Amino acid sequence: MSTPTAVVNVGADLLADAVADQAVPVTRVDWRPPMAGTEADLATVAADPRRREANERALAAMLGVTATLVDVVPASEALGLEAGQFLHAGPPIEWERASGPLRGALMGGAAFEGLVEDPEEAVALFESGSNVSLEPCHHRSTVGPMAGVVTPSMWMFVLEDPATGRRTYCSLNEGLGKVLRYGAYGPEVLARLRWMSEVLGPLLQAAVRAQASAGADPVDVTGILTQMLQMGDEAHNRNRAGTLMLLRDLSPAMVSAIDGRGFDGADVAAALRFIGGNDHFFLNLAMPACKLALDAARGIEGATMVVAMARNGTDFGIQVAGTGDEWFTGPAQLADGLFLGDYGPEDANPDIGDSAITETAGIGGFAMATAPAIVRFVGGSVPDALATTRRMHEITLGENPRWSVPVLEFQGTPTGIDVAKVCRTGILPQINTGMAGKVAGVGQVGAGLVTPPAEIFPQALARLAELAAGGRRT
Amino acid sequence: MTTAAPDHQHVELRPGAYADSVTLLQVSRVVQGLAGVVAAQVAMATPLNVDVLTEMGFEVPPQAGANDLVVALRLASPDALAAALAGVDRALLDANRREEGASTVAPPRTTASALRRTPGAITVVSVPGANAFVEAMDAVDAGRDVMVFSDNVPLEQEVALKRAAAERGVLVMGPDCGTAVVGGLGLGFANVVAPGPVGIVAASGTGCQQLLALLAHAGVGVTSALGVGGRDLSAAVGGLATREALRRLDEDPGVELIVLVSKPPAAEVGAEIEAYAATLATPVQLALLGPGRPDLTAAAEAVLARLGGDVPTWPVDPPESPGRVDGTLIRGLFVGGTLKSEAELIVGDAAGAEVGHTFVDFGDDEYTTGRAHPMIDPTLRLEHLVRAAADPATGVLLLDVVLGHGAEPDPAALLAPAIAALDLPVVVAVVGTDGDPQGRDRQVEALVAAGAEVHLSNAGATRRALELVEADR
Repeated sequence: MSTPTAVVNVGADLLADAVADQAVPVTRVDWRPPMAGTEADLATVAADPRRREANERALAAMLGVTATLVDVVPASEALGLEAGQFLHAGPPIEWERASGPLRGALMGGAAFEGLVEDPEEAVALFESGSNVSLEPCHHRSTVGPMAGVVTPSMWMFVLEDPATGRRTYCSLNEGLGKVLRYGAYGPEVLARLRWMSEVLGPLLQAAVRAQASAGADPVDVTGILTQMLQMGDEAHNRNRAGTLMLLRDLSPAMVSAIDGRGFDGADVAAALRFIGGNDHFFLNLAMPACKLALDAARGIEGATMVVAMARNGTDFGIQVAGTGDEWFTGPAQLADGLFLGDYGPEDANPDIGDSAITETAGIGGFAMATAPAIVRFVGGSVPDALATTRRMHEITLGENPRWSVPVLEFQGTPTGIDVAKVCRTGILPQINTGMAGKVAGVGQVGAGLVTPPAEIFPQALARLAELAAGGRRT
Repeated sequence: MTTAAPDHQHVELRPGAYADSVTLLQVSRVVQGLAGVVAAQVAMATPLNVDVLTEMGFEVPPQAGANDLVVALRLASPDALAAALAGVDRALLDANRREEGASTVAPPRTTASALRRTPGAITVVSVPGANAFVEAMDAVDAGRDVMVFSDNVPLEQEVALKRAAAERGVLVMGPDCGTAVVGGLGLGFANVVAPGPVGIVAASGTGCQQLLALLAHAGVGVTSALGVGGRDLSAAVGGLATREALRRLDEDPGVELIVLVSKPPAAEVGAEIEAYAATLATPVQLALLGPGRPDLTAAAEAVLARLGGDVPTWPVDPPESPGRVDGTLIRGLFVGGTLKSEAELIVGDAAGAEVGHTFVDFGDDEYTTGRAHPMIDPTLRLEHLVRAAADPATGVLLLDVVLGHGAEPDPAALLAPAIAALDLPVVVAVVGTDGDPQGRDRQVEALVAAGAEVHLSNAGATRRALELVEADR
């Protein structure tokens, strides 16, 4: 047998020293005991004969997906959403347990749909529960940032995987500050939503459809993500380059839509100004692109890969490839970060939004190294940003060859969160996030960094172990 | 959580702190050497360690669990406490400090991550037994060979690991594999030997080391010695690792003779392995250890004969001042499991088991849960040594000292003074080579000076011990 060229040592350092003494290089694992109570489940899951191949398949399925922007239509049309039906971010929740920002967004949404005159009247409507229903965006192939409230009249981006025709959806981004998704529902919020559904949505639809009929390629959302990650965006808290590239791709068709489509130059100018002035506009394309990719890994039995992380402002939930549509939930945490104006930690609501789908897909906090500016949200440094991305490689199944980080020698972003590795290392996914005010109507109070509640990973692991044990009996 | 007793005792639990038993042994040693410290133990509060601490006179809080670090100090005066605790913290820090070079990249946290950084590496796993399977599976998943040094690995996990490995053509050495030489690289407790025509497959760590040491003395080299773990040839495991190890050695053009060292296998497994061995191009010599069977030394002699070499006289170094035999019984205190079994078998075959000779293996699971192996930490055996010598029924002490990479840097440093303090005869098998980091010749010299009679052959040492007690009858 040939002499090994290198040794990995996990355990006693003494044994690594003995190898190093023989002039063979040793990589030493910084091993620590796993999360409490997970030892037996980790062994069961590791022994599941389906696991390795299932995870390979889940990762490959996810990486194989590309997302293109194929249409912009109202939610009533895209999702068949009817009056009184409300989608929201995160795992399922009812009005009684809903947090301030989710309530505020639902109230504003009810007024926007004309279900009530004044948003304040919506409280009684939701308390009564008659003729209104709440459902997670994720259950309708949709993702929503922050409160994630979607109503029938809101316009949605429609993304499609050209290889399979599968689609996902996301609303249009309203900008920052006092906006519905942060729980604000004042007159200016509702006025903006009306302009978005009367002008912005139809104009974008005209542009997207005009490009398609002219035989031009649809906007390649995955491709823009590839480029923006090399331009200082991590596609969660920073979408500046992505937004400008989208403008580049759509503005000629938007300008052309003036002719005979009922828009005037002022409409187009307002739309261009709105998009260009909203650094987060592209987030609502990044999110459904991530969901489109991750949904390809759903339902792969034996796979331990996380396919969704989402928060409703009260609970943080994850879904896993090998456990079907089950949510594993725990209390949403408070973000650590910077506050707008006079707001402080006491004003912030716990973590909210489906936008952690970006981290689930390996960008956002996972790509922190490529967007060091984001680290300043917690007073961190550039080395912190590099360390964060490297740390996320410890809990992921692979790398995304498409999405690479220049400063890390173009290493792919850490992709495919492995429930087992999270439990083994105790390293929690790092999420970049905005912070909503905890009182309905306040809006955004800051932005920062947050992690999921640790206990949801052992929960998911226990279910995987249960299924693995059952699988072996049959 | 702190208690202070009048004898200046300090016992402190640190929940959630973790370090491996070897690190903690080093920490304990450093702290014992501090001014004002009479005795010190820093250890994980496993049941065994709690017993040891209790025996040392420490009161361990009842809620102490295996995940708690316990710091137990006996001090010359209460004033020494602050300095001693600072010393504990410093020693813990120092033990964890590693030379990182200029790089700021954090070390990998799992075997999978390490293998991604170091593709092609062979993996050595020595985490606690309950966690070893998960780490070893990372290596199997990556298609890389793995040595599992950890003991206390559940049998069903060993079976799952080896089945997955067999599907992928991966070699799993262990669990509870103490020794391997892979293409000349020693892993675990391995002796330094020259490359040569013999390949070994061993279900026993110290059995393998005895063979390596005897062959080295006879001038015959070994390029690879692959451990497979003591349970591999059981019916449950079915010899999965043994087959793969035989296949690897057969593929190696440098191997002229394969030696398989094991306890007698489960009957059906033995038949399968023999059938498989018959299909190989390289001859396979079985060295199966058991009642009425040849011992390790006889096996080494058979190997030498088969290779056509001379069988040397195995070295014996007589003591400078032999002790006096008073009692009638042999007390065997071993660090090597196979060496202990071999001694027990030889004495049993010669004298019958009912006579009352006793043999203890301090490397057995019951002595090593949450503690370093006695080849690294001699404390438990040294305690028993004093106790056994004080027993008037004891006629001879029979010991082993196992050298090689990973083992104590100078076992004689503590053992020789302990032996020098005794009146009765002490026979020691020093299993090792002159190339070992401890230097067999230096160890032998120190032990002989202390009054021990030293053999290279454990079987030879055992027969000599029998002779001593029987001559006295």
